Amino acid sequence: MSSVSEGTILDVRAIRRDFPILTRQVHGHPLVYLDNAATTQKPQAVIDAELGFYREICSNVHRGVHELSGRATEAFETARGRVRRFLGAADDHEIIFVRGVTEGVNLVAQSWGRANVGPGDEILITAMEHHSNIVPWQMLCQDKGATLKVAPINDAGEVIPEAYAALLGPKTRLVAMVHQSNSLGTVNPVRKMIEMAHVAGALTLVDGAQAVAHRNVDVRDLATDFYVMSGHKVYGPTGIGVLYGRAELLEAMPPWQGGGDMILSVTFERSTYNQVPFKFEAGTPNVAGAIGLGAAIAYLDQVGLELAGAHEAGLLSYATEVLTAIPDLRIIGTAREKASVISFVVDDIHPHDIGTILDGEGIALRTGHHCTQPVMDRFGVAATVRASFAMYNTREEVDALAVGLGKVIEVLG
Amino acid sequence: MTPELRELYQEVILDHGKRPRNFRTMAGPTHHADGFNPLCGDKVHLKLMVKDGIIQEVAFQGQGCAISTASASMMTQMLKGLEVAEATELAEKVRALVSGNDDEAAAVREQVGKLSVFSGVRDYPARVKCATLVWHTLKSALNNGGNKTISTE
Repeated sequence: MSSVSEGTILDVRAIRRDFPILTRQVHGHPLVYLDNAATTQKPQAVIDAELGFYREICSNVHRGVHELSGRATEAFETARGRVRRFLGAADDHEIIFVRGVTEGVNLVAQSWGRANVGPGDEILITAMEHHSNIVPWQMLCQDKGATLKVAPINDAGEVIPEAYAALLGPKTRLVAMVHQSNSLGTVNPVRKMIEMAHVAGALTLVDGAQAVAHRNVDVRDLATDFYVMSGHKVYGPTGIGVLYGRAELLEAMPPWQGGGDMILSVTFERSTYNQVPFKFEAGTPNVAGAIGLGAAIAYLDQVGLELAGAHEAGLLSYATEVLTAIPDLRIIGTAREKASVISFVVDDIHPHDIGTILDGEGIALRTGHHCTQPVMDRFGVAATVRASFAMYNTREEVDALAVGLGKVIEVLG
Repeated sequence: MTPELRELYQEVILDHGKRPRNFRTMAGPTHHADGFNPLCGDKVHLKLMVKDGIIQEVAFQGQGCAISTASASMMTQMLKGLEVAEATELAEKVRALVSGNDDEAAAVREQVGKLSVFSGVRDYPARVKCATLVWHTLKSALNNGGNKTISTE
């Protein structure tokens, strides 16, 4: 790996060399990849780790006595240990491999929720949640006769503290909150929100999909009960993610999916379940994905997440300055605490038309509702254009976006 | 801009996108339907006045991109005076034009009049639904006598 960062400035050129896709052209232009909130690109180290699994040690985990199975199991569990350190958890057993944030939230809603939520109980979420942190709770509440409450946000896209406090009460069983909004960029004061939830007697789940690529997360410092993340948004592979849960909660929770690996013994009359985390990992897991995620974390450790976050903060403020100068452009989401995402609309030009024309310039960004339809409703727009940054993005790419937007306005404005 | 983009955003499409024709509501329509594209949030509310099997009047409202707005606007102009069966046939031809195979598209290109400007959409699979949303909505309105919301997903 070439990108050993020294000092206090991120060596972005070196980092870009680690990501093979960044050298490619799109529609005759160098790729300007600004869709990192959807998925990040992968460094060679992650690609090599996945490839290495299939070329060298491919086999199933936790069951074979042969050499390859032992090696695969070791690599898989090493990855679990890396995730545990990455999230600051106390024990490897608190790290459950899932497909991603969506599956992690569903696991908690279906396992913990079904066992602990009843008629009259409340689940509290915020108005800026991704659909993946709305729908599983809606389904649970419908099943159990519970009520889904929503903490409102202000015009800047921040949770209104007084309203949040007022919604917490003795009926609140769990608060599910996003750490960093994927459509607004807002970074929530989750530590404080968790503390308030606990005072009210509620558990907490934090959706860390966007946050973990941009800031150090320590689940014990946050004191959250559950934290979920996806591998592919933190330079790792798709199809792998993590649910962190406090050990005593996980141990008390019933299994979610039944099958192999999650049992100790099976007869036709009854089965006894394996200990955590295996109780929640029925079936052959995404072994290569977990190993790839472990490689992504090792890569990030080498780069330094704080340096990366600082670089991205610089890009965000530069982009905010450059885009604010464009007439008729309105930024959606102006929270004081914001990271790596800039969402906007341009008067009378639909985001999809903007996206298509920018694509012609080799600029990849996201247009649409970003799986946060309630956020779009809150701001009275059908869709936005969203540029989202990763550590390999540059100011020149922000400039390319501004030039591209100039062309869009020339054609469609 | 690439030639493909120029083909997609032709002047006539931009014009209808900015100044859609028949963009209004209609009192007492005989047929109506709503179309929705959940991927992008585009919505179209379509109303028709059909008398003796002939489409007398068409109006639409809603929100969408340049492609979907232009498609709806130009459709309302094309439908006036057509028999219901002819309108359904035209809807099928537009589908073939923007998302059929090359032979299908070539076969209908001369038969759709001004709507041939939408053939550039073929190069943008992600945008096909923008062009066809209103035509799906039309089929729903005519086939079901209206009162239906259709979705592209």
